Amino acid sequence: MRKILDRYAGYVFLLPWLIGFLALTLVPMGMSFYYSFTNYNLLSAPKWIGVSNYVKMFTSDYHFMNALKVTFLYVFASVPLQLLVSLVLAFVLNKGVKGLSLFRAAYYVPSLLGGSVAISILWRQIFGMEGILNQALGLIGIESHVSWVANPDTAVWTLVLLRMWQFGSPMIIFLAAIKQVPAELMEAAAIDGATKFQQTRKIMLPMISPIILFNLVMQIISAFKVFTESYIISGGNGGVLDSLLFFTLHIYNEGFSKMRMGYASALAWVLVLIIAVLTVIVFFLSKRHVHYD
Amino acid sequence: MSKKRKLGSRIKFICLLVFAAIVLYPLIWMISSSFKEESTIFSDLGIIPGAFTLENYRIGWQSNGRVTFTTYFLNSLLVSVLSVVGNLISCSLTAFAFARLKFKGKNLFFALMMMTLMLPQHAIIVPQYVYFYKLGWLDSFIPLVLPKFLATDAFFIYLLVQFIRGIPRELDEAAIVDGCSKYSVFFRIILPLCQPALVTTTIFTFMWSWNDFFTQVIYLRTTQNYTVTLGLRMFVDPTAKSAYGAMFAMSTLSIVPILILFVFFQKQLIEGIVAGGVKG
Repeated sequence: MRKILDRYAGYVFLLPWLIGFLALTLVPMGMSFYYSFTNYNLLSAPKWIGVSNYVKMFTSDYHFMNALKVTFLYVFASVPLQLLVSLVLAFVLNKGVKGLSLFRAAYYVPSLLGGSVAISILWRQIFGMEGILNQALGLIGIESHVSWVANPDTAVWTLVLLRMWQFGSPMIIFLAAIKQVPAELMEAAAIDGATKFQQTRKIMLPMISPIILFNLVMQIISAFKVFTESYIISGGNGGVLDSLLFFTLHIYNEGFSKMRMGYASALAWVLVLIIAVLTVIVFFLSKRHVHYD
Repeated sequence: MSKKRKLGSRIKFICLLVFAAIVLYPLIWMISSSFKEESTIFSDLGIIPGAFTLENYRIGWQSNGRVTFTTYFLNSLLVSVLSVVGNLISCSLTAFAFARLKFKGKNLFFALMMMTLMLPQHAIIVPQYVYFYKLGWLDSFIPLVLPKFLATDAFFIYLLVQFIRGIPRELDEAAIVDGCSKYSVFFRIILPLCQPALVTTTIFTFMWSWNDFFTQVIYLRTTQNYTVTLGLRMFVDPTAKSAYGAMFAMSTLSIVPILILFVFFQKQLIEGIVAGGVKG
């Protein structure tokens, strides 16, 4: 008995994962793909309607187009800005500062709390009509009585700012990567007469380029998945003129408010496809600029 | 030269300090506002409350009057602790299999596991919801906790696999020569040596479950089962009258456990981020 148990130990240890993978990932993926071709409200059996759900997105669901626009704007504005801030700060902190660990901790706190409901509530107040931003603007003589989160032109930018605020976690990864670059390389360049700027551009950046790519991909994926901020700051309805309707909130509203399980599944697959295609594009484009080893 | 450099580093230090103040100001303002009188919150940009009051906490804690934040906090604690237990057990078992044991299909399974790392939860949330609906488990903690016992958080498996690979193999081999089974190798050798990675798993799982909103808003219905995040959401309901003082008071309390963990386990947290490039 003991021998048998020992021989198949691999599967015994793997059992929880195997069950989880089959029952909670693989089968649901198949079902979700099937549902995306059906009309399904949970109460009656799914009804096959072919590609109607996918056609509907592009023809009669104006929320879909809005959600797509808002989400893309958010991702492509916030991720590069966030990474830029984190990279610059990583360089500054790397050069030796008194109280480095304290600064690192302070800058990391927003990343720690950023995705929470509490911070979204705070953001709603800061950029609200009577929020502290308008109060502060009043102090320097600029009268503003517009809510930044209710104004469709500015709403999504408050969320871009919220993401930039969370520059701490990519910064910590950059810091660790910079520390790994051999000091001799920089010294050799300095002896050859390279300026600080040249050293950074020609040696440091190529050396840490795999980490930049890694952060870029991870942050793009995580930005596409943002839900809490969109829900809380817009009050769950996507905001004025859908200006805060992120793709995930649209999926939630269709699936779990309106009980359109088939349509929500189709939307989810479009999201997966977008993320997959973008990841591939980023990897492809970066081939020339990323140096491994 | 050295004087100039000294001045430069002092300027840099001050710039970093000012930047830290700007970054942390919103948070500190919220915490301080939770102790201000409701009527002064909007006009007061300062971070030291003029008249210190705990009234916001008293009102906020009552929530809707029928169910209070006592319930929400206990629910959040239960969900987070069970998630931690689930992840610790299931992810360490899985990681041991991938890092140390030989079996057919291992490479395929490992590749599949790594793929789930990238898979957005949204792709599978609808069928999972249908499952749990048919099993009659909606509005319970089972849909939030059960997946953790089935090793669905691939990130921690990956983290633990990396860690176990760093443990010298001679240790297991010596134990096996001494007559240990693979099971006792796991329990007596690998698990105790994995402690740092298990601590990282514990902290991240706790924080993520504590902050989770998406799954909780989908599965939990009655206020009796609400967690802290859902209790907070009730404040921003269009139908609720907005009481910012109470809202800030409860928001502040909701982040206290996270901040405590951060203070005590900063080192492990930062190592965890570096090890896996986690989004915190």
